[in-house]
Amino acid sequence: MSYFTNEPIDPAALVRGVMRPSDGAYVLFEGVVRNHNEGKAVESIDYEAYLPMAEKEMAQVVADVRAAFPEVAVAVVHRLGHLVIGDSSIAIVCASPHRAEAFEANRMAIDRIKQTVPIWKKERGPDGEEWVGWQCKHG
Amino acid sequence: MKVKLLYFAVLRDIAGRRDDVVEVPEGTRAADLWQRMRENHQALRDVAQPMTAINESYADADQVLRDGDELAFIPPVAGG
Repeated sequence: MSYFTNEPIDPAALVRGVMRPSDGAYVLFEGVVRNHNEGKAVESIDYEAYLPMAEKEMAQVVADVRAAFPEVAVAVVHRLGHLVIGDSSIAIVCASPHRAEAFEANRMAIDRIKQTVPIWKKERGPDGEEWVGWQCKHG
Repeated sequence: MKVKLLYFAVLRDIAGRRDDVVEVPEGTRAADLWQRMRENHQALRDVAQPMTAINESYADADQVLRDGDELAFIPPVAGG
């Protein structure tokens, strides 16, 4: 199983894959490509990952979330490649018997993914292109 | 000994390629190879040591490399 796809994300399939009869709630988070960032217009984003390592780091995040919230089932998929405004770049589903843990677990998952998983994005817009988080300007 | 260097994202753009195999002396640390990259590329001259991965796991940049290691410098991650 991979945490990454080059195809559009199907959140409903992700939910179906994770829900158990004992679950009373799920929280679905989707990150979406928006048309601006830090004051600049954005037209598209290219995502890439250091794949074998990114799979391992993603598995570690999921394991840590499961350890912190033992009752929560977690599913994550991150899209790679060329995305345009409105495309979902990531979907995270946390299912739980009760809603509070599902909300908390989902927040922990996205925060950790943003910190540790080796994924990069290059934003393209009318002013050129830029690797997000890099201080130098290229393109 | 030989070490494989992988370039991702902005570092691939700067290096102009995806990877390199470099011959290095015993005792070479990841940080030494970052220093070499900074010397070879003007765009990196003032850039601090980024996070480092050895064989697909985060590692200390002061870790001594071994023959056949796969080394990647990890530019600021931006997933989600």
